[in-house]
Amino acid sequence: MPLKSFLTAKVAAENMHEKKPKFRPQEALVEAERCLYCFDAPCIAACPTGIDIPSFIKKIAEKNLTSSARVILESNPLGASCARVCPVEVLCEGACVMLDRDEKPLQIGRLQRYATDHVFENNIQVLRAPAKKNGKSVAVIGGGPAGLGCAAELAQLGYSVTVFEKDEEAGGLNTYGIAYYKMRPDVSIEEVEMIKKIGVKIKTGVEVGKKIKVAELEKKFDAIFIGVGLSSNALRLNIPGENLPEVVEALDFIRELHVEPLHKVKLARRVAVIGCGNTAIDAVAQAKRLGAEEAIILYRRREQDMPAYPHEYASAKGDGAEFWFNVLPVEVLEKDGHVTGLKLVRTKVNDQGKAEIIPGSEFVEPFGMVIKALTQAPRTDVLKRLFPKLKINKDGTVARNEVTGQTNLKHVFTAGDCANGGREVVNAVGEGRKAARGIHKWLTGEAAVGPIQKTRYGVKKPYGSGLDHPVRAPELEEEYYAKQK
Amino acid sequence: MADLSINLAGIKSPNPFWVASAPPANTAYQCHNAFAAGWGGFVWKTIGTPIVNVSSRYSALNLGQMRMAGLNNIELISDRAPETNFREIKECKKEWPNHAIIASLMTDTRDNWHDFMKRARDAGADGVELNFGCPHGMCERGMGSAVGQNPEVIETIVGWVMEAAEIPVIVKLTPNVTSVVPAARAAKRAGADAVSLINTINSITQVNMETMCPEPYVAGLSTHGGYCGPAVKPIALNMLHEIASDPQCEGLPISGIGGISNWKDAADFIALGATGVQVCTAIMHYGFRIVEEMKDGLSDFLDSKGMKSVNDLRGLAVKKVTKWENLNLNYKRIATIDYDKCINCNLCYIACEDGAHQAIALISPDGHDLGPGRLPGKLIPKILEDVCVGCNLCALVCPVDDCIVMVDVPTGKKHMSWKQYQEGLAAGKLKPIPAHP
Repeated sequence: MPLKSFLTAKVAAENMHEKKPKFRPQEALVEAERCLYCFDAPCIAACPTGIDIPSFIKKIAEKNLTSSARVILESNPLGASCARVCPVEVLCEGACVMLDRDEKPLQIGRLQRYATDHVFENNIQVLRAPAKKNGKSVAVIGGGPAGLGCAAELAQLGYSVTVFEKDEEAGGLNTYGIAYYKMRPDVSIEEVEMIKKIGVKIKTGVEVGKKIKVAELEKKFDAIFIGVGLSSNALRLNIPGENLPEVVEALDFIRELHVEPLHKVKLARRVAVIGCGNTAIDAVAQAKRLGAEEAIILYRRREQDMPAYPHEYASAKGDGAEFWFNVLPVEVLEKDGHVTGLKLVRTKVNDQGKAEIIPGSEFVEPFGMVIKALTQAPRTDVLKRLFPKLKINKDGTVARNEVTGQTNLKHVFTAGDCANGGREVVNAVGEGRKAARGIHKWLTGEAAVGPIQKTRYGVKKPYGSGLDHPVRAPELEEEYYAKQK
Repeated sequence: MADLSINLAGIKSPNPFWVASAPPANTAYQCHNAFAAGWGGFVWKTIGTPIVNVSSRYSALNLGQMRMAGLNNIELISDRAPETNFREIKECKKEWPNHAIIASLMTDTRDNWHDFMKRARDAGADGVELNFGCPHGMCERGMGSAVGQNPEVIETIVGWVMEAAEIPVIVKLTPNVTSVVPAARAAKRAGADAVSLINTINSITQVNMETMCPEPYVAGLSTHGGYCGPAVKPIALNMLHEIASDPQCEGLPISGIGGISNWKDAADFIALGATGVQVCTAIMHYGFRIVEEMKDGLSDFLDSKGMKSVNDLRGLAVKKVTKWENLNLNYKRIATIDYDKCINCNLCYIACEDGAHQAIALISPDGHDLGPGRLPGKLIPKILEDVCVGCNLCALVCPVDDCIVMVDVPTGKKHMSWKQYQEGLAAGKLKPIPAHP
């Protein structure tokens, strides 16, 4: 049966309301005042963009929301999105000392949203670029989180930056790939606008290699940053029936909500989601919230093997999603060219952690839609076409210096999913900023002021009482060891 | 159950908790409610020639979400006619014969004081309290703290009052003086039966940044108000102790006032020499029922210490406060950290590093258990015992109860105060202690 939509606009909107709503002013104050203002706080070290979290929370408690948002956005220009989509449970909030005190960590993500919403709602531009440019220019390929993180940092360092984005809107997965109940795409668009206001030129609808050649970029710009992310196509199942119309990619399913009215998004009454990563969770929750009677995750390994975060798993179960473990689809069944179900086999996990098929365990289950949420494929072909000499690792990631983001081509830097194989938005932004500093160092020989992760480590005897141990943030660590030598 | 009843200069009450002369003590209606809730005494809002108040009268110091850590007010004495107040005192006394009702009085001439004393007695008041403390409005008219700041005037007026006194007289003192002791001595010399302190402290709580007018806002202007509430307690305790330890004031009963919010605060006052206490701000914040917590807490505490009566607690800490010169220079304590409790906020580190004596280092966490919120490799604080001066700051900032504990370190040295040290130096028996590097 062809897919269709089930809900009215009103119900769809209600079901898709934000999972973590904005704090009311007093809620924010009460929460902010819980913060202990730790010295060298673990939450800062746990944030890939190194936001000075105690500082921004203190400013909320003092009702200084503009300064609070400045602290956040200077460290992380996508701080408003990250406030909503970060897996805070395993990052800042997971490092909060309150876990050891009274077991409830500060709600850092929601506080961060509260502060950043203030400046976006009131149209306050907190990011500033130096009035005088340094005369150097950088081309950024890909306007996703890594590219934007890199571009914003470079602009703040005085560079002329141009971002080339093939989609209609910049923001990458942040604009098109975030579960709708976690974040509205407008947040991402607003951040892009903010970055434009510090002088970053963003050319959308421009695919490098087609409308503009790499050679041209190399001539016009002093350095190039690659932040192309991963392909929206996941790895293939390679089973019969995979090309039927009701077999869709999870990211495409999520993307539909960003380009279609919510109640027009089509699905089936019984939906299978293949895979059990965090994108699978987003897809299954979305299917359930859009009116699927049953939305079931099919995972070839065990519950304890799944890559999704425990808090995401719990949340999807709360949404009514089902989880079937130790099952593997072997065929998509059809009638008249439409999906009718899946032929599945049972598996067991062997000593090496691999799923093995149990012979003779086939069974058939009816499904009207199959959502594939397998690992996203790298863009190796695109990269090879653009930069034939670029070194690519075996896993398809771009080889780079972890600290500076520099590739084997000295003028080419990279970060984000295409370099790390696929991590969080916040990782991409943090890596993008580090790469910006790598570019700065390479072009000017100067180190950018201040570490990405702010700490007071490095104060040493005789000026202090003895910080004899190295720092945790890798870039600081390097600096520290360099000084020790 | 310990006996909570007190007898303050002849005024008997079933417990030491009195409603202070203030907005909660304005009417018979409030008096009934207070006694019904469990208060032992009620010091009637100051009776005088009726005044006219302004609208907008209070303002507060909030500490984050904690409201009214300090309260400031510009309300004057009773705005009701003396005959109304005295009539209501009489009615209340009839209904609550075993509770203490004290008439707070403020007037000017000798004849007026005599008149008020007679009317208070006729109303059946158990005693009177002379308001020599009000720091706003009334002082501009030569009353309240204008009296309390001048011991000679105190002595004169108390003298007039005692001429007509047939019931106990308490003199309420102002803290807006360099030393409160001369005022207490003057009151005693003139024959007062007791003193109460402190009245409110001159204050401005804050400025409204939109109007540039401090609070409370009265049609574009403000005025300094009387400050009270939990924030003033330490100041009140100090002044209480000054009187309780003054040889010339020996035997002068004291009614303690100033930021008492719970039984422990009350116990502090009593241990430093107060016979009973008076409460206002806590009632203005939570209502009369707050006395339940105070009575139960104090009673349970006395039981836990095996004290039969609240009077057994009185003054126990008075002698524990001495001049600095008598403190033992050879006493040493240092901080210790309980790593099972430490949450790794490192506030102790930065407090000591930037704010005190650089006696805490950050070290590797190796060998210590990590709690759920710990980042691997995150440095933990360590007390540098040879540098620690035992100042207590780290223990004060530590957000975890009993995590940083100060412990005594035996020095093997004999007690030596600054006084003894100076005497030893003068006699050539001691060598100078080298200056801190």
